Amino acid sequence: MPDPVISIRGLRKSYGALDAVRGIDLDVQPGEVFALLGPNGAGKTTTVEILEGYRKRSGGEVSVLGEDPQHAGREWRERIGIVLQSCRLDPYLTVRESLGLFAGYYSSPRPIDEVIALVGLEGKAEARASELSGGQQRRLDVGMALIGDPELLFLDEPTTGFDPSARRQAWETIAGLRDLGVTVVLTTHYMDEAQRLADRVAILSRGEVVASGAPEGLGDRDSLPTTISYRLGGEEVCVETSNPVAAIHELTGRALEQGLELEGLEVKRPNLEDVYLSLTEQA
Amino acid sequence: MSLVLHQFRYDQKAFWRNPASVFFTVMFPVILLLIFATVFGDQTVDVRGGIETTAYYVPAIITLSVISATMQSLAMSLVIAREDGRLKRGRGTPMPPWVFIAGRIGNSIVVTLIMLALLAAIGRLFYGVPIPWERLPAIVATLVVGAAAFCCLGIALTAAIPSQDAAAPIVNALLLPLYFLSGVFIPDDQLPSGVVQFADAFPIRHFFEAVFDVYVSAGDGAGLQWDNLAIVAIWGVAGLLLAVRFFRWAPRSG
Repeated sequence: MPDPVISIRGLRKSYGALDAVRGIDLDVQPGEVFALLGPNGAGKTTTVEILEGYRKRSGGEVSVLGEDPQHAGREWRERIGIVLQSCRLDPYLTVRESLGLFAGYYSSPRPIDEVIALVGLEGKAEARASELSGGQQRRLDVGMALIGDPELLFLDEPTTGFDPSARRQAWETIAGLRDLGVTVVLTTHYMDEAQRLADRVAILSRGEVVASGAPEGLGDRDSLPTTISYRLGGEEVCVETSNPVAAIHELTGRALEQGLELEGLEVKRPNLEDVYLSLTEQA
Repeated sequence: MSLVLHQFRYDQKAFWRNPASVFFTVMFPVILLLIFATVFGDQTVDVRGGIETTAYYVPAIITLSVISATMQSLAMSLVIAREDGRLKRGRGTPMPPWVFIAGRIGNSIVVTLIMLALLAAIGRLFYGVPIPWERLPAIVATLVVGAAAFCCLGIALTAAIPSQDAAAPIVNALLLPLYFLSGVFIPDDQLPSGVVQFADAFPIRHFFEAVFDVYVSAGDGAGLQWDNLAIVAIWGVAGLLLAVRFFRWAPRSG
Protein backbone atom coordinates (compact mmCIF):
# COMPACT_ATOMS: atom_id res chain seq x y z
CA MET A 1 0.00 0.00 0.00
CA PRO A 2 1.35 3.49 -0.82
CA ASP A 3 1.93 6.02 1.95
CA PRO A 4 -1.28 7.65 3.13
CA VAL A 5 -1.86 11.25 2.00
CA ILE A 6 -3.10 12.10 5.46
CA SER A 7 -2.20 10.33 8.66
CA ILE A 8 -3.68 11.32 12.01
CA ARG A 9 -2.78 9.74 15.35
CA GLY A 10 -4.33 10.71 18.67
CA LEU A 11 -5.36 14.17 17.46
CA ARG A 12 -6.69 16.40 20.21
CA LYS A 13 -7.85 20.00 20.24
CA SER A 14 -9.28 21.94 23.15
CA TYR A 15 -10.57 25.48 23.35
CA GLY A 16 -10.18 26.35 27.00
CA ALA A 17 -12.21 23.80 28.93
CA LEU A 18 -13.98 22.54 25.80
CA ASP A 19 -12.52 19.44 24.15
CA ALA A 20 -13.53 19.83 20.50
CA VAL A 21 -11.48 16.88 19.24
CA ARG A 22 -10.74 14.03 21.63
CA GLY A 23 -8.23 11.61 20.18
CA ILE A 24 -8.81 10.89 16.50
CA ASP A 25 -6.92 8.30 14.42
CA LEU A 26 -7.42 8.36 10.65
CA ASP A 27 -5.62 7.58 7.42
CA VAL A 28 -6.59 8.89 3.99
CA GLN A 29 -5.20 7.01 0.98
CA PRO A 30 -4.11 8.60 -2.32
CA GLY A 31 -6.93 9.11 -4.81
CA GLU A 32 -9.78 8.34 -2.45
CA VAL A 33 -12.73 10.52 -1.54
CA PHE A 34 -12.93 10.56 2.22
CA ALA A 35 -15.88 12.00 4.14
CA LEU A 36 -15.98 13.21 7.73
CA LEU A 37 -19.63 12.84 8.64
CA GLY A 38 -21.20 14.19 11.77
CA PRO A 39 -23.68 16.63 13.25
CA ASN A 40 -22.84 20.29 13.89
CA GLY A 41 -20.33 20.66 16.69
CA ALA A 42 -18.88 17.17 16.23
CA GLY A 43 -15.42 18.59 15.49
CA LYS A 44 -15.39 18.19 11.69
CA THR A 45 -14.34 21.74 10.84
CA THR A 46 -11.83 21.86 13.68
CA THR A 47 -10.24 18.65 12.40
CA VAL A 48 -10.16 19.82 8.78
CA GLU A 49 -8.76 23.23 9.70
CA ILE A 50 -5.96 21.53 11.63
CA LEU A 51 -5.18 19.50 8.49
CA GLU A 52 -5.26 22.71 6.42
CA GLY A 53 -2.80 24.43 8.75
CA TYR A 54 -5.26 27.07 9.99
CA ARG A 55 -5.38 25.80 13.56
CA LYS A 56 -2.81 24.45 15.97
CA ARG A 57 -3.54 21.11 17.58
CA SER A 58 -3.40 20.54 21.32
CA GLY A 59 -1.96 17.04 20.99
CA GLY A 60 -1.28 14.07 18.73
CA GLU A 61 0.52 13.60 15.43
CA VAL A 62 -0.63 14.87 12.04
CA SER A 63 0.99 14.39 8.66
CA VAL A 64 -0.47 15.83 5.46
CA LEU A 65 1.41 15.12 2.22
CA GLY A 66 4.33 14.11 4.39
CA GLU A 67 4.48 17.36 6.34
CA ASP A 68 3.19 18.75 9.59
CA PRO A 69 0.60 21.34 8.45
CA GLN A 70 1.46 23.52 11.44
CA HIS A 71 4.92 24.15 10.02
CA ALA A 72 4.33 23.65 6.30
CA GLY A 73 5.26 26.41 3.89
CA ARG A 74 4.60 27.68 0.40
CA GLU A 75 5.59 24.53 -1.46
CA TRP A 76 3.17 22.48 0.60
CA ARG A 77 0.39 24.99 -0.10
CA GLU A 78 1.08 24.57 -3.84
CA ARG A 79 -0.09 20.96 -3.46
CA ILE A 80 -3.37 21.49 -1.61
CA GLY A 81 -6.66 23.19 -2.44
CA ILE A 82 -9.09 24.51 0.16
CA VAL A 83 -12.79 25.30 0.07
CA LEU A 84 -13.83 26.87 3.35
CA GLN A 85 -17.18 26.26 4.98
CA SER A 86 -18.28 29.81 4.32
CA CYS A 87 -16.51 32.26 2.08
CA ARG A 88 -18.02 35.00 -0.04
CA LEU A 89 -16.12 35.66 -3.22
CA ASP A 90 -15.25 39.11 -4.50
CA PRO A 91 -18.59 40.25 -5.94
CA TYR A 92 -16.96 42.61 -8.46
CA LEU A 93 -14.74 40.07 -10.21
CA THR A 94 -15.99 37.75 -12.96
CA VAL A 95 -15.63 33.98 -12.86
CA ARG A 96 -12.66 34.20 -15.22
CA GLU A 97 -11.05 37.01 -13.19
CA SER A 98 -11.48 35.27 -9.85
CA LEU A 99 -9.80 32.20 -11.30
CA GLY A 100 -7.12 34.37 -12.93
CA LEU A 101 -6.39 36.07 -9.60
CA PHE A 102 -5.90 32.73 -7.86
CA ALA A 103 -3.98 31.24 -10.80
CA GLY A 104 -1.36 33.94 -10.21
CA TYR A 105 -0.72 32.60 -6.71
CA TYR A 106 0.52 29.21 -8.01
CA SER A 107 3.67 28.34 -9.89
CA SER A 108 2.02 25.97 -12.37
CA PRO A 109 -1.71 26.58 -12.45
CA ARG A 110 -4.21 24.57 -14.43
CA PRO A 111 -5.55 26.42 -17.52
CA ILE A 112 -8.46 28.67 -16.57
CA ASP A 113 -10.82 27.41 -19.29
CA GLU A 114 -10.19 23.85 -18.21
CA VAL A 115 -11.20 24.70 -14.64
CA ILE A 116 -14.28 26.58 -15.82
CA ALA A 117 -15.34 23.42 -17.67
CA LEU A 118 -14.49 21.21 -14.68
CA VAL A 119 -16.90 23.09 -12.42
CA GLY A 120 -19.53 23.49 -15.15
CA LEU A 121 -19.52 27.29 -15.40
CA GLU A 122 -18.88 27.56 -19.17
CA GLY A 123 -21.86 29.83 -19.74
CA LYS A 124 -20.93 32.08 -16.81
CA ALA A 125 -17.26 32.80 -17.43
CA GLU A 126 -17.82 36.54 -17.88
CA ALA A 127 -20.44 36.87 -15.12
CA ARG A 128 -19.49 38.60 -11.90
CA ALA A 129 -19.63 36.54 -8.71
CA SER A 130 -22.53 38.71 -7.53
CA GLU A 131 -24.60 37.51 -10.50
CA LEU A 132 -24.15 33.82 -9.70
CA SER A 133 -26.57 31.66 -7.72
CA GLY A 134 -25.41 30.19 -4.40
CA GLY A 135 -24.66 26.86 -6.05
CA GLN A 136 -22.71 28.49 -8.87
CA GLN A 137 -20.68 30.56 -6.39
CA ARG A 138 -19.82 27.38 -4.54
CA ARG A 139 -18.68 25.75 -7.77
CA LEU A 140 -16.54 28.79 -8.54
CA ASP A 141 -15.13 28.43 -5.02
CA VAL A 142 -14.25 24.80 -5.84
CA GLY A 143 -12.71 26.00 -9.12
CA MET A 144 -10.50 28.46 -7.22
CA ALA A 145 -9.34 25.58 -5.02
CA LEU A 146 -8.56 23.47 -8.13
CA ILE A 147 -6.73 26.17 -10.10
CA GLY A 148 -3.37 25.31 -8.53
CA ASP A 149 -3.74 21.69 -9.71
CA PRO A 150 -3.68 20.28 -6.16
CA GLU A 151 -3.03 16.68 -5.15
CA LEU A 152 -5.30 17.07 -2.15
CA LEU A 153 -8.54 18.99 -1.92
CA PHE A 154 -10.44 19.93 1.24
CA LEU A 155 -14.17 20.65 0.98
CA ASP A 156 -15.81 21.82 4.19
CA GLU A 157 -19.56 21.26 3.93
CA PRO A 158 -19.69 21.83 0.18
CA THR A 159 -23.48 21.70 -0.18
CA THR A 160 -24.90 22.99 3.11
CA GLY A 161 -27.90 25.20 2.47
CA PHE A 162 -28.33 24.12 -1.17
CA ASP A 163 -31.59 23.27 -2.87
CA PRO A 164 -31.78 19.70 -4.26
CA SER A 165 -30.82 20.59 -7.84
CA ALA A 166 -27.83 22.70 -6.79
CA ARG A 167 -26.75 19.84 -4.55
CA ARG A 168 -26.95 17.36 -7.38
CA GLN A 169 -24.82 19.61 -9.60
CA ALA A 170 -22.25 20.07 -6.84
CA TRP A 171 -22.16 16.29 -6.39
CA GLU A 172 -21.47 15.80 -10.09
CA THR A 173 -18.60 18.27 -9.91
CA ILE A 174 -17.11 16.53 -6.86
CA ALA A 175 -17.63 13.06 -8.32
CA GLY A 176 -15.78 14.27 -11.43
CA LEU A 177 -12.69 15.08 -9.34
CA ARG A 178 -12.12 11.38 -8.83
CA ASP A 179 -11.14 11.13 -12.51
CA LEU A 180 -8.45 13.77 -11.97
CA GLY A 181 -6.82 11.59 -9.34
CA VAL A 182 -7.24 14.26 -6.68
CA THR A 183 -7.53 13.02 -3.10
CA VAL A 184 -10.60 14.65 -1.57
CA VAL A 185 -11.44 15.17 2.10
CA LEU A 186 -14.93 16.49 2.61
CA THR A 187 -17.03 17.18 5.65
CA THR A 188 -20.78 16.91 5.67
CA HIS A 189 -23.70 16.39 7.97
CA TYR A 190 -25.73 14.69 5.25
CA MET A 191 -25.66 10.90 5.31
CA ASP A 192 -26.76 10.68 1.67
CA GLU A 193 -23.97 13.01 0.58
CA ALA A 194 -21.32 10.85 2.23
CA GLN A 195 -22.90 7.71 0.81
CA ARG A 196 -23.08 9.15 -2.68
CA LEU A 197 -19.59 10.67 -2.88
CA ALA A 198 -17.22 8.96 -0.51
CA ASP A 199 -15.14 5.80 -0.80
CA ARG A 200 -14.75 5.82 2.95
CA VAL A 201 -16.53 7.61 5.74
CA ALA A 202 -15.63 8.38 9.32
CA ILE A 203 -18.52 9.33 11.56
CA LEU A 204 -17.56 11.95 14.11
CA SER A 205 -19.48 12.63 17.25
CA ARG A 206 -18.39 14.94 20.06
CA GLY A 207 -14.83 14.93 18.91
CA GLU A 208 -14.44 11.18 18.48
CA VAL A 209 -14.64 8.75 15.56
CA VAL A 210 -17.57 6.48 16.41
CA ALA A 211 -17.49 4.47 13.19
CA SER A 212 -15.48 4.34 9.98
CA GLY A 213 -15.33 2.37 6.79
CA ALA A 214 -17.01 2.08 3.41
CA PRO A 215 -20.44 3.75 3.54
CA GLU A 216 -22.39 0.54 2.85
CA GLY A 217 -20.71 -1.35 5.72
CA LEU A 218 -20.92 1.46 8.22
CA GLY A 219 -21.80 0.70 11.79
CA ASP A 220 -23.29 -2.60 12.86
CA ARG A 221 -26.75 -2.49 11.39
CA ASP A 222 -27.60 -5.96 12.73
CA SER A 223 -27.09 -4.93 16.32
CA LEU A 224 -29.69 -2.16 16.10
CA PRO A 225 -33.24 -3.05 17.14
CA THR A 226 -35.96 -3.75 14.61
CA THR A 227 -39.14 -1.74 15.06
CA ILE A 228 -42.57 -3.40 14.97
CA SER A 229 -45.52 -1.03 14.86
CA TYR A 230 -49.30 -1.47 14.61
CA ARG A 231 -52.56 0.05 15.79
CA LEU A 232 -54.72 -1.69 18.34
CA GLY A 233 -58.12 -0.27 19.21
CA GLY A 234 -57.14 3.05 17.64
CA GLU A 235 -53.94 3.28 19.66
CA GLU A 236 -50.49 3.39 18.13
CA VAL A 237 -48.16 0.68 19.46
CA CYS A 238 -44.44 0.57 18.79
CA VAL A 239 -42.13 -2.25 19.90
CA GLU A 240 -38.37 -2.36 19.51
CA THR A 241 -36.79 -5.76 19.51
CA SER A 242 -33.48 -7.37 18.76
CA ASN A 243 -35.25 -10.64 18.07
CA PRO A 244 -37.92 -9.75 15.51
CA VAL A 245 -38.81 -13.28 14.39
CA ALA A 246 -39.80 -14.47 17.86
CA ALA A 247 -41.51 -11.18 18.67
CA ILE A 248 -43.68 -11.29 15.54
CA HIS A 249 -44.51 -14.92 16.11
CA GLU A 250 -45.68 -14.18 19.63
CA LEU A 251 -47.55 -11.04 18.64
CA THR A 252 -49.45 -12.50 15.70
CA GLY A 253 -50.09 -15.73 17.66
CA ARG A 254 -51.72 -13.76 20.44
CA ALA A 255 -53.71 -11.66 17.97
CA LEU A 256 -55.06 -14.76 16.24
CA GLU A 257 -55.92 -16.41 19.55
CA GLN A 258 -57.89 -13.42 20.77
CA GLY A 259 -59.31 -12.55 17.34
CA LEU A 260 -57.70 -9.11 17.28
CA GLU A 261 -56.90 -7.13 14.13
CA LEU A 262 -53.44 -5.49 14.08
CA GLU A 263 -54.02 -2.52 11.81
CA GLY A 264 -51.10 -1.13 9.82
CA LEU A 265 -48.70 -3.81 11.01
CA GLU A 266 -45.17 -2.89 9.96
CA VAL A 267 -41.72 -4.33 10.58
CA LYS A 268 -38.85 -1.90 9.99
CA ARG A 269 -35.16 -2.73 9.81
CA PRO A 270 -32.79 0.17 10.59
CA ASN A 271 -31.50 2.04 7.51
CA LEU A 272 -28.19 3.91 7.26
CA GLU A 273 -29.77 7.12 8.47
CA ASP A 274 -30.81 5.28 11.66
CA VAL A 275 -27.31 3.88 12.05
CA TYR A 276 -25.89 7.38 11.75
CA LEU A 277 -28.41 8.85 14.18
CA SER A 278 -27.92 6.13 16.76
CA LEU A 279 -24.14 6.44 16.54
CA THR A 280 -24.11 10.20 16.89
CA GLU A 281 -26.72 10.29 19.64
CA GLN A 282 -25.44 7.66 22.02
CA ALA A 283 -21.82 8.83 21.94
CA MET B 1 7.08 41.87 -6.50
CA SER B 2 5.33 40.62 -9.63
CA LEU B 3 2.88 38.93 -7.29
CA VAL B 4 2.11 42.32 -5.72
CA LEU B 5 1.50 43.79 -9.19
CA HIS B 6 -0.75 40.84 -10.01
CA GLN B 7 -2.77 41.40 -6.83
CA PHE B 8 -2.83 45.16 -7.41
CA ARG B 9 -4.29 44.76 -10.93
CA TYR B 10 -7.26 42.80 -9.60
CA ASP B 11 -7.70 45.17 -6.65
CA GLN B 12 -7.92 48.06 -9.10
CA LYS B 13 -10.63 46.27 -11.10
CA ALA B 14 -12.66 45.51 -8.00
CA PHE B 15 -12.18 49.07 -6.67
CA TRP B 16 -13.44 50.88 -9.78
CA ARG B 17 -16.39 48.51 -10.17
CA ASN B 18 -17.55 49.02 -6.59
CA PRO B 19 -20.02 51.93 -6.55
CA ALA B 20 -19.54 52.55 -2.83
CA SER B 21 -15.76 52.87 -3.06
CA VAL B 22 -15.95 55.07 -6.16
CA PHE B 23 -18.54 57.33 -4.59
CA PHE B 24 -16.97 57.80 -1.18
CA THR B 25 -13.37 57.90 -2.33
CA VAL B 26 -13.63 59.74 -5.64
CA MET B 27 -16.97 61.51 -6.02
CA PHE B 28 -17.48 62.63 -2.43
CA PRO B 29 -14.30 64.77 -2.18
CA VAL B 30 -15.08 66.32 -5.57
CA ILE B 31 -18.59 67.20 -4.46
CA LEU B 32 -17.28 68.64 -1.18
CA LEU B 33 -14.78 70.83 -3.02
CA LEU B 34 -17.45 72.10 -5.42
CA ILE B 35 -19.84 72.89 -2.56
CA PHE B 36 -17.31 74.62 -0.30
CA ALA B 37 -15.70 76.56 -3.13
CA THR B 38 -19.05 77.66 -4.53
CA VAL B 39 -20.65 78.62 -1.22
CA PHE B 40 -17.66 80.40 0.30
CA GLY B 41 -15.90 81.26 -2.95
CA ASP B 42 -15.92 85.05 -2.67
CA GLN B 43 -14.58 85.18 0.89
CA THR B 44 -11.07 85.20 2.16
CA VAL B 45 -9.49 83.20 4.94
CA ASP B 46 -7.30 84.92 7.48
CA VAL B 47 -4.44 82.47 7.15
CA ARG B 48 -0.93 83.34 6.01
CA GLY B 49 -1.87 87.01 5.66
CA GLY B 50 -5.20 86.30 3.98
CA ILE B 51 -5.87 83.95 1.07
CA GLU B 52 -8.93 83.16 -1.00
CA THR B 53 -11.27 80.51 0.37
CA THR B 54 -10.93 78.45 -2.78
CA ALA B 55 -7.17 78.34 -2.36
CA TYR B 56 -7.76 77.10 1.18
CA TYR B 57 -10.19 74.37 0.25
CA VAL B 58 -8.16 72.76 -2.55
CA PRO B 59 -5.42 71.47 -0.18
CA ALA B 60 -8.03 70.86 2.52
CA ILE B 61 -10.04 68.53 0.31
CA ILE B 62 -6.86 66.93 -1.05
CA THR B 63 -6.05 66.09 2.59
CA LEU B 64 -9.49 64.58 3.06
CA SER B 65 -9.27 62.58 -0.15
CA VAL B 66 -5.91 61.08 0.82
CA ILE B 67 -7.26 59.93 4.18
CA SER B 68 -10.41 58.66 2.52
CA ALA B 69 -8.50 56.69 -0.15
CA THR B 70 -6.21 55.17 2.48
CA MET B 71 -7.43 54.86 6.06
CA GLN B 72 -11.16 54.88 5.34
CA SER B 73 -11.12 52.76 2.20
CA LEU B 74 -8.64 50.21 3.58
CA ALA B 75 -10.35 49.81 6.94
CA MET B 76 -13.69 49.21 5.22
CA SER B 77 -12.49 46.94 2.42
CA LEU B 78 -10.24 44.83 4.67
CA VAL B 79 -13.01 44.30 7.23
CA ILE B 80 -15.38 43.27 4.44
CA ALA B 81 -12.82 40.88 2.95
CA ARG B 82 -12.02 39.49 6.41
CA GLU B 83 -15.63 38.87 7.41
CA ASP B 84 -16.42 37.41 3.96
CA GLY B 85 -13.67 34.87 4.64
CA ARG B 86 -11.55 36.07 1.71
CA LEU B 87 -8.50 36.91 3.82
CA LYS B 88 -8.60 33.47 5.39
CA ARG B 89 -9.08 31.86 1.98
CA GLY B 90 -6.11 33.75 0.56
CA ARG B 91 -3.97 32.47 3.42
CA GLY B 92 -4.73 28.93 2.30
CA THR B 93 -2.87 29.55 -0.97
CA PRO B 94 0.88 29.79 -1.58
CA MET B 95 0.59 33.59 -1.78
CA PRO B 96 2.45 35.22 1.13
CA PRO B 97 -0.24 37.03 3.16
CA TRP B 98 1.51 40.40 3.05
CA VAL B 99 1.02 40.48 -0.74
CA PHE B 100 -2.69 40.91 -0.21
CA ILE B 101 -2.09 43.92 2.04
CA ALA B 102 0.56 45.33 -0.29
CA GLY B 103 -1.84 45.17 -3.23
CA ARG B 104 -4.41 47.17 -1.29
CA ILE B 105 -1.83 49.74 -0.21
CA GLY B 106 -0.71 50.11 -3.82
CA ASN B 107 -4.33 50.63 -4.79
CA SER B 108 -4.71 53.33 -2.12
CA ILE B 109 -1.60 55.19 -3.19
CA VAL B 110 -2.58 55.17 -6.87
CA VAL B 111 -6.06 56.46 -6.03
CA THR B 112 -4.45 59.13 -3.82
CA LEU B 113 -2.36 60.42 -6.72
CA ILE B 114 -5.36 60.33 -9.09
CA MET B 115 -7.30 62.40 -6.56
CA LEU B 116 -4.46 64.91 -6.29
CA ALA B 117 -4.53 65.41 -10.07
CA LEU B 118 -8.32 65.60 -10.19
CA LEU B 119 -8.75 68.07 -7.32
CA ALA B 120 -5.83 70.23 -8.42
CA ALA B 121 -7.29 70.38 -11.94
CA ILE B 122 -10.76 71.32 -10.66
CA GLY B 123 -9.23 74.01 -8.45
CA ARG B 124 -7.27 75.42 -11.37
CA LEU B 125 -10.00 75.24 -14.03
CA PHE B 126 -13.04 76.30 -12.01
CA TYR B 127 -11.59 78.56 -9.33
CA GLY B 128 -8.25 79.74 -10.68
CA VAL B 129 -6.26 78.18 -7.84
CA PRO B 130 -2.74 77.87 -9.27
CA ILE B 131 -1.11 74.46 -9.37
CA PRO B 132 2.33 74.80 -7.76
CA TRP B 133 4.18 72.80 -10.44
CA GLU B 134 7.59 73.78 -9.11
CA ARG B 135 6.81 72.04 -5.81
CA LEU B 136 5.26 68.94 -7.38
CA PRO B 137 7.96 66.54 -6.08
CA ALA B 138 7.49 67.92 -2.57
CA ILE B 139 3.72 67.61 -2.88
CA VAL B 140 3.93 64.01 -4.08
CA ALA B 141 6.42 63.18 -1.33
CA THR B 142 4.10 64.70 1.29
CA LEU B 143 1.12 62.75 -0.01
CA VAL B 144 3.04 59.47 -0.18
CA VAL B 145 4.24 59.82 3.43
CA GLY B 146 0.67 60.66 4.49
CA ALA B 147 -0.83 57.88 2.41
CA ALA B 148 1.56 55.31 3.89
CA ALA B 149 0.88 56.49 7.45
CA PHE B 150 -2.90 56.54 7.06
CA CYS B 151 -2.80 53.13 5.36
CA CYS B 152 -1.09 51.73 8.48
CA LEU B 153 -3.65 53.43 10.72
CA GLY B 154 -6.49 51.99 8.62
CA ILE B 155 -5.08 48.47 8.79
CA ALA B 156 -4.63 48.83 12.56
CA LEU B 157 -8.18 50.12 12.91
CA THR B 158 -9.63 46.91 11.39
CA ALA B 159 -8.74 45.12 14.63
CA ALA B 160 -11.20 47.37 16.48
CA ILE B 161 -14.03 46.78 13.97
CA PRO B 162 -15.99 43.62 14.80
CA SER B 163 -18.24 43.33 11.76
CA GLN B 164 -18.97 44.68 8.29
CA ASP B 165 -21.92 46.67 9.60
CA ALA B 166 -19.76 48.37 12.21
CA ALA B 167 -17.09 49.48 9.72
CA ALA B 168 -18.69 52.65 8.32
CA PRO B 169 -19.98 54.01 11.66
CA ILE B 170 -16.68 53.46 13.45
CA VAL B 171 -14.57 54.96 10.67
CA ASN B 172 -16.83 57.98 10.25
CA ALA B 173 -17.18 58.57 13.98
CA LEU B 174 -13.41 58.87 14.14
CA LEU B 175 -12.76 60.88 11.00
CA LEU B 176 -15.67 63.31 10.59
CA PRO B 177 -15.21 65.18 13.90
CA LEU B 178 -11.48 65.40 13.29
CA TYR B 179 -12.01 66.87 9.82
CA PHE B 180 -14.08 69.65 11.41
CA LEU B 181 -11.72 70.22 14.32
CA SER B 182 -8.61 70.13 12.14
CA GLY B 183 -9.79 72.90 9.84
CA VAL B 184 -10.49 70.69 6.84
CA PHE B 185 -14.16 71.70 6.63
CA ILE B 186 -14.08 74.99 8.54
CA PRO B 187 -11.16 77.36 7.89
CA ASP B 188 -8.98 77.39 10.97
CA ASP B 189 -9.15 81.17 11.42
CA GLN B 190 -12.72 80.57 12.55
CA LEU B 191 -11.84 77.80 15.00
CA PRO B 192 -11.16 78.59 18.68
CA SER B 193 -7.51 78.05 19.50
CA GLY B 194 -8.45 75.38 22.06
CA VAL B 195 -10.02 73.32 19.29
CA VAL B 196 -6.94 73.55 17.13
CA GLN B 197 -4.77 72.57 20.09
CA PHE B 198 -6.99 69.56 20.67
CA ALA B 199 -6.79 68.61 16.98
CA ASP B 200 -3.00 68.91 17.19
CA ALA B 201 -3.02 65.75 19.27
CA PHE B 202 -4.14 63.79 16.19
CA PRO B 203 -2.46 63.14 12.85
CA ILE B 204 -5.09 64.70 10.57
CA ARG B 205 -4.28 68.24 11.66
CA HIS B 206 -0.55 67.73 11.11
CA PHE B 207 -1.06 66.14 7.74
CA PHE B 208 -3.36 68.97 6.69
CA GLU B 209 -0.77 71.56 7.71
CA ALA B 210 1.91 69.72 5.73
CA VAL B 211 -0.29 69.54 2.63
CA PHE B 212 -1.43 73.14 3.02
CA ASP B 213 2.07 74.54 3.35
CA VAL B 214 3.48 72.63 0.44
CA TYR B 215 0.50 73.47 -1.77
CA VAL B 216 -0.18 77.10 -0.89
CA SER B 217 2.81 78.94 0.49
CA ALA B 218 6.33 78.12 -0.49
CA GLY B 219 7.95 79.63 2.58
CA ASP B 220 11.40 78.08 2.64
CA GLY B 221 12.18 76.66 -0.79
CA ALA B 222 10.82 73.14 -1.18
CA GLY B 223 7.92 73.77 1.13
CA LEU B 224 8.28 70.37 2.82
CA GLN B 225 7.02 70.49 6.39
CA TRP B 226 9.41 68.11 8.10
CA ASP B 227 8.06 68.59 11.61
CA ASN B 228 4.45 67.95 10.66
CA LEU B 229 5.39 65.10 8.33
CA ALA B 230 7.51 63.54 11.07
CA ILE B 231 4.51 63.52 13.43
CA VAL B 232 2.37 61.93 10.71
CA ALA B 233 5.06 59.32 10.11
CA ILE B 234 5.28 58.52 13.84
CA TRP B 235 1.52 57.93 13.88
CA GLY B 236 1.98 55.68 10.87
CA VAL B 237 4.67 53.62 12.61
CA ALA B 238 2.47 53.31 15.69
CA GLY B 239 -0.34 52.11 13.43
CA LEU B 240 1.99 49.62 11.79
CA LEU B 241 3.05 48.18 15.16
CA LEU B 242 -0.57 47.88 16.28
CA ALA B 243 -1.49 46.28 12.95
CA VAL B 244 1.29 43.70 13.19
CA ARG B 245 0.22 42.87 16.73
CA PHE B 246 -3.58 42.85 16.41
CA PHE B 247 -4.53 42.32 12.76
CA ARG B 248 -6.91 39.35 12.28
CA TRP B 249 -7.19 37.29 9.09
CA ALA B 250 -10.12 35.09 10.06
CA PRO B 251 -13.71 36.24 10.35
CA ARG B 252 -15.23 36.55 13.80
CA SER B 253 -17.14 33.28 13.37
CA GLY B 254 -14.14 31.07 12.77
